[in-house]
Amino acid sequence: MTDIAADQPAVTEADGPQIMSWDSGVRRAMTIYVPLTVFVLVLLFPFYWMAITAFKPNGELMNYKDNNPFWINHPTFANINKLLFETDYGHWLTTTMGIAFGSTFLSLFASVLAAYAIQRLRFKGSEYVGLAIYAAYLVPPSILFIPLAQVVYQLGLFDTPYALILTYPTFLVPFCTWLLIGYFKSIPYELEECALIDGATRLQILRRITLPLAVPGLISAGIFAFTLSWNEFIYALAFISSTEKKTVPVAVLTELVQGDVYHWGSLMTGALLGSLPVAIFYMFFVEYYVSSLTGAVKE
Amino acid sequence: MDASTWQPSRAQPNWLVRLFDYKPFLIFICLLPACGLLLAFLTYPLGLGIYLAFTDTEIGGNGEWVGLDNFISLMDDRIFLTSVWNTLFYTFTATVLKFGLGLWLALLLNHQIPFKSFLRAIILLPYITPTVLSAIAFWWIYDPQFSIISYVLVDRLHILDHYIDFLGTPWAARWSLIVANVWRGIPFVAITLLAGLQTISPSLYEAALLDGASPWQSFRHITSPLLMPILAIVMTFSVLFTFTDFQLVYAITRGGPINSTHLMATLAFQRGIPGAQLGEGAAIAVAMIPFLIFATFFSYYALGRRKWQQGSDND
Repeated sequence: MTDIAADQPAVTEADGPQIMSWDSGVRRAMTIYVPLTVFVLVLLFPFYWMAITAFKPNGELMNYKDNNPFWINHPTFANINKLLFETDYGHWLTTTMGIAFGSTFLSLFASVLAAYAIQRLRFKGSEYVGLAIYAAYLVPPSILFIPLAQVVYQLGLFDTPYALILTYPTFLVPFCTWLLIGYFKSIPYELEECALIDGATRLQILRRITLPLAVPGLISAGIFAFTLSWNEFIYALAFISSTEKKTVPVAVLTELVQGDVYHWGSLMTGALLGSLPVAIFYMFFVEYYVSSLTGAVKE
Repeated sequence: MDASTWQPSRAQPNWLVRLFDYKPFLIFICLLPACGLLLAFLTYPLGLGIYLAFTDTEIGGNGEWVGLDNFISLMDDRIFLTSVWNTLFYTFTATVLKFGLGLWLALLLNHQIPFKSFLRAIILLPYITPTVLSAIAFWWIYDPQFSIISYVLVDRLHILDHYIDFLGTPWAARWSLIVANVWRGIPFVAITLLAGLQTISPSLYEAALLDGASPWQSFRHITSPLLMPILAIVMTFSVLFTFTDFQLVYAITRGGPINSTHLMATLAFQRGIPGAQLGEGAAIAVAMIPFLIFATFFSYYALGRRKWQQGSDND
C-alpha cells in the first residue's frame, strides 16, 4: 500500500538499481507531484472560475484585452445583491432545503426499519428483499420521470414540494438501506440477545441499542441522501412548474437564463451560492462522506 | 384464581407492545415504508412507463394502445438514431477516459504524500456539487466569445489563431460534453478505486519487490487482479449513470446544435414533457432498458468474474 513509497527513502543504495532509480527525488516529483498538481488544478479550476466570475463587474467580464481575466481588479457584490434581492433566490434556497431535509428524513426512517428487518429480524427470503431493494438503485431516474410525471399528476401532487419529497426516496432508500445493512452487520448481535433475555421488546432494542450504535452510519446515509436530493435535477425539472417553487439547480438554469444574452455574472453567482450549502455540509463531514461512498461500493 | 386475575392485567395494556413484538407482524411493519415507497414510485411507474411506450398518450389525456407504432416510427427518426449513437459514443468514450484518468489519480493518491486527506477531500468537490451548477460553469468556460480556454490558447500561448467554437459544431459539442462528464466523474472513480487499493495488503508488494518485479509487473499481477471486483462494481454504476445522463447535456447544449448532441434521456424529456408526447417519450426511455441490462451484465460479469472464481464471499 502506501508504505512502499514511504519505506524507500530508508533503503540504501545496496538494494539494487531498480529501487534506486525509482526512488530518486526528481523522478518521484515527475511521476507523482506533477501529475497530481495538474489533476488538482484541472478539477478545481471551474470552481475558481465560477467564484471569480461571480465577483467581477460586467466591464471586466467582457474585456480580456485590458484586464487579466484570471484576476479581479474591482471586485463587486452587485451580482450577489441582484440575485438575493431582485430574484426569488432566497425562496429557492429555502424550498430546496426543505425538500432535501424532508426526503432525507423520510428515506432514513424507511431505510432504518427496512435495514433492521433485513439484517436483524432475519426471515425466510430476507436476502432477496435486500437484493430487490438494491436492484431498485439500478433503475435510473431518466427512465422513470415520464411515467412518474403521470403518477404525480394523478395524485394531485404536481407542482407541489411533496411531489419531490415522495419521489426522491426512490433513489435514496436503496442506497441508505444498503449502507445501514452494512452498519448493522458490524454491531455485535450478542448485545441484542442480552437485551432480549432481559425482556426488552424488538422495538426497544432498535431504539435503545442498535440505533445509538449505528449513529455514524446514520450520519453517513443522511449526508449522502441530503446531497443527492439537493443535487437532483430531472424530477425537479419535470414535476415543478411555478417559478417560486423551483429548486436551486432548476431555477438557476431556467429562471436566470433569459433570452439570448447570458448574464454570466449572476449565473455564476447562482451556481456558486447553490453549491455552497452542500460544500459546507460536506466539509464538516468529509470522513463520513468518503466512508459512505466507498462503503456502499464495497458492500 | 390468582393466576386468572393476574394474567389479563399484565396482558391487557401490552397487547400493542405484544403485537409489535410478534415477529411476522414486525417484519411487515418494518418493510412497509421502504417497500411501499419503492412499489408506488418505482415499480409501478416502471411498469406504467413500459405500458405508455405502447400508447399514444399525451399530457392531460388518455392514450390509445398503438402497439409497436412508437418504436417503428422511432426507427425512421434520424434524431432518435443520432441520439442512440451519441449515447453509445458518449458512454464509451467518457467511461474509458474516466477510468483511465481515475485509476491514475487513485494510484497517485495511494503514495505516501503530504496533506493526503485534504487532497482527497478537495478532489471530491466536483462530485458533490450539483451537476447542473458545475455544468453552467462549463457552459461559461465554453462560451464562443469569452472562453477562457480559447483565451489562453490564442492570446497567451499563441497556439491557435482563432477562438474555438466549442458548442457550435456537432463534434466539438460532443467532445466538450464528454470533457465535462469526465471532469465530474473522475473523483468518484478515483476515490472508490483508492479505497480498493488500500485493501490490498502491502506485504504482497514487498514480496514482489524482493522477487525483483518491476513496478509495471506488480501493477499487472497484484494490483489489477485484486482491484477487479471493486472496479467491476464502480464501472457498472458509472456506465449506468453515464448512459442515462441528462443534466450535463440539458444544461450545456440542450441537445443542440440542431439536435446533434441529444442523448436518449434528453430526447425522451424533450418529446415527453415540453413536447407533451408522453407515449413517444416513454418509448425512447424504454428503448434504453435493453442497453442498460446489457451494460450491467457485461461490466458485472465480464469484470467481476474473478471474484467468484477465487471463491471469496460477498463481503
